[in-house]
Amino acid sequence: MSETAHHNEQSTTTSADSDDGEEGLDRYSKRPVVLSVNHVGKSFKLPTEQATGLKQLFINWAKGIRGYRNQVVLKDINFQVHQGEFFGIVGRNGGGKSTLLKIISQIYYPNKGSVSVKGKLVPFIELGVGFNPELTGRENVYLNGNLLGFSNKQIDAMYDDIVDFAELQDFMDQKLKNYSSGMQVRLAFSVAIKAHADILVLDEVLAVGDEAFQRKCDNYFSEVKKDPTKTVILVTHDMGAVKRYCTRAMLITDGDISIIGDPESVADAYTLENLRVEQKKQEDRAKQIEQSNAAGKPQKTYPEGLNAKCPLLRTFPISSPVMTSKDTFTFGVEYQYDEPGDFYLAISLNDIRRGGISYDTGSKVFKMKKHGHHTVRFQVPLHLFNSGDFKLFTSLRVPSKTDPNVTDMVAVATGQNACTFMIRNKSNDDHSYALLNHTQMRISPAQGETGIEEVSTW
Amino acid sequence: MRSWISTLHRRYGYSSVVLRGLVHTDFRLRYQGSFLGVLWSVLEPLMMFAVMYLVFARFLRMSDGTPTYPVVLLLGISSWQFVTDSTNVGLRSVVDRGDLLRKIHFPNYIVVVSATVGGLISYGINLLVVLLFAILNRVQFTWRVILLPLNFIELYLVTLGWTLIMATMYVYYRDIAHIWDVLQQLVFYAMPIIYPLSYVINRGGGGLISKLARLELLNPFAQCIQDIRHNLIAPATQPTIWNQFSASEWWIKLIPLLITAIIFVLGIVVFKKYEKRFAEVM
Repeated sequence: MSETAHHNEQSTTTSADSDDGEEGLDRYSKRPVVLSVNHVGKSFKLPTEQATGLKQLFINWAKGIRGYRNQVVLKDINFQVHQGEFFGIVGRNGGGKSTLLKIISQIYYPNKGSVSVKGKLVPFIELGVGFNPELTGRENVYLNGNLLGFSNKQIDAMYDDIVDFAELQDFMDQKLKNYSSGMQVRLAFSVAIKAHADILVLDEVLAVGDEAFQRKCDNYFSEVKKDPTKTVILVTHDMGAVKRYCTRAMLITDGDISIIGDPESVADAYTLENLRVEQKKQEDRAKQIEQSNAAGKPQKTYPEGLNAKCPLLRTFPISSPVMTSKDTFTFGVEYQYDEPGDFYLAISLNDIRRGGISYDTGSKVFKMKKHGHHTVRFQVPLHLFNSGDFKLFTSLRVPSKTDPNVTDMVAVATGQNACTFMIRNKSNDDHSYALLNHTQMRISPAQGETGIEEVSTW
Repeated sequence: MRSWISTLHRRYGYSSVVLRGLVHTDFRLRYQGSFLGVLWSVLEPLMMFAVMYLVFARFLRMSDGTPTYPVVLLLGISSWQFVTDSTNVGLRSVVDRGDLLRKIHFPNYIVVVSATVGGLISYGINLLVVLLFAILNRVQFTWRVILLPLNFIELYLVTLGWTLIMATMYVYYRDIAHIWDVLQQLVFYAMPIIYPLSYVINRGGGGLISKLARLELLNPFAQCIQDIRHNLIAPATQPTIWNQFSASEWWIKLIPLLITAIIFVLGIVVFKKYEKRFAEVM
């Protein structure tokens, strides 16, 4: 474990799926290209002024107002997907992922560049592909199959498979309007993945259905990943899924490809990008508060957890928000507190993925020396933990009036004011999903226990 | 030959599968939830014809003096009904199927074609009913019935072309639906469908109006419908563009055909040009 951790800095490839990850990239690159996106650019004309009628239209025309502005969504996207790949596309909302997916699926046409697809492409976009509520489940499956280009004979052959996967055997002769929304989505999804497609295009589908169905999808994806004839293109916000399934991934930022490569580094880059944006927002807000204070105008509304006594309290990373277990994470707390009397900062460490507070400093430990607007720094060693996502919440406290031994909370830095950081170790052993690192915590056979032989080679 | 067929199949196989699926669905949905179901597709025209027969032939005594006139009337009305059925459903079809267009790539023109094919199916059923009336009325069929396929093809092409144009415009301007509602009334009354053409010609007293009346036949819809009536039921009494103008005016006879060709080609060109952006603007 600790040996692998040493490789962190030098290598960007991961050992997560490195068996079929790094070699896998090579393996697929020799296969035929099934999807080729060549310098694709796309912009939309968005109406700026509501043309309320012919009169307004005429006035705009007379004034020379164009009535729309050009929104560039994709700038210059250029990549290829080879047969058998499980290709992930990630990016923040509004970054152009869905537009790209629609261009790949030939629903939108690019303004420049071109897309070429080899084989049968089946898209599954925005949950549910034009199902008709007045038709029965069976009729919808056939209609849907027809629209995807399958003849009734071909659908006959895959019908049972679809229904089995959707687990809707008893409902196929019911009208779709009597289905629950979960059932509808399940059916649509089953048609998409059980249709004999060469390329499957999936947009935000991982939240489909209940837990049992999700597990089924999970199995399906793992299987498809191994199938060398099926190519999958997956758009998702779930970085866990990207790491689990994808053989290659791509991050789209503001209409351009910012990285393309192994899924681990792409997923981490995406996480980092999100954290940066969050941090930027936090800083902007702090600046705004400062300005309004300088102008002598107290704010009227406060973010969740803050109030007039303490209008500013935020926790932010000073070191990079993505660390490894070897590092020590340094973070800052910026506060503004002008009330007289002692006050304290208390910090708790929240484990985002598992939930719950992993650590708390105690409420009467850090006594602040300065009133007013200040920033203080803290640090926390991370060697105790495996890879994980954490959040730091800081609360500002004063001694209770009734009982000086306890404190009352004045404000808490939560929501956007909390600090998120991640531990990303490059190793992925079967035990590294747990919170605590094996080097720090160990379960061993009880003293005198003879029925166990410890064979591990840590 | 084989390779030619397989090329054709590759090119239009997908379209035909989609078309079949959509037409089948539409037909299923049309009579869904009704007690008599598909039977309505025959009952409806039958009952409508009964009403029209009573109103026009019995009460209003619209007639050109021949016993077959009621059948001619029914044939004209059901032919025009094919046009209005197809255009009214077809012009909304792209927007109505918007959720499909935004989620799957398939040849978009199929949604318009499926609307007109739906109209065609109803028309076929109506024609069977008309045929029944014709037989009951002891209509004498002539060799001219072999010309009918040409008339039907022309009527279909002009309707499809016109629907393609309107469906494209409807995506951008919903006003088209209202405009066409009014316009189709105008077109209807400017055609000798519920009145015989001879009625207008005679009322004109041989003057300018009589001459102009024949111009009604320049409208390809009117020309087709008159041809169909002429060839199927009453060659002797139904005026068509072919017998209303003299041989020296041969070029006039080509006008409706030319308009049909223009509308059809324009429909395809316009639709092809704008369909790329349908998914975005809807």
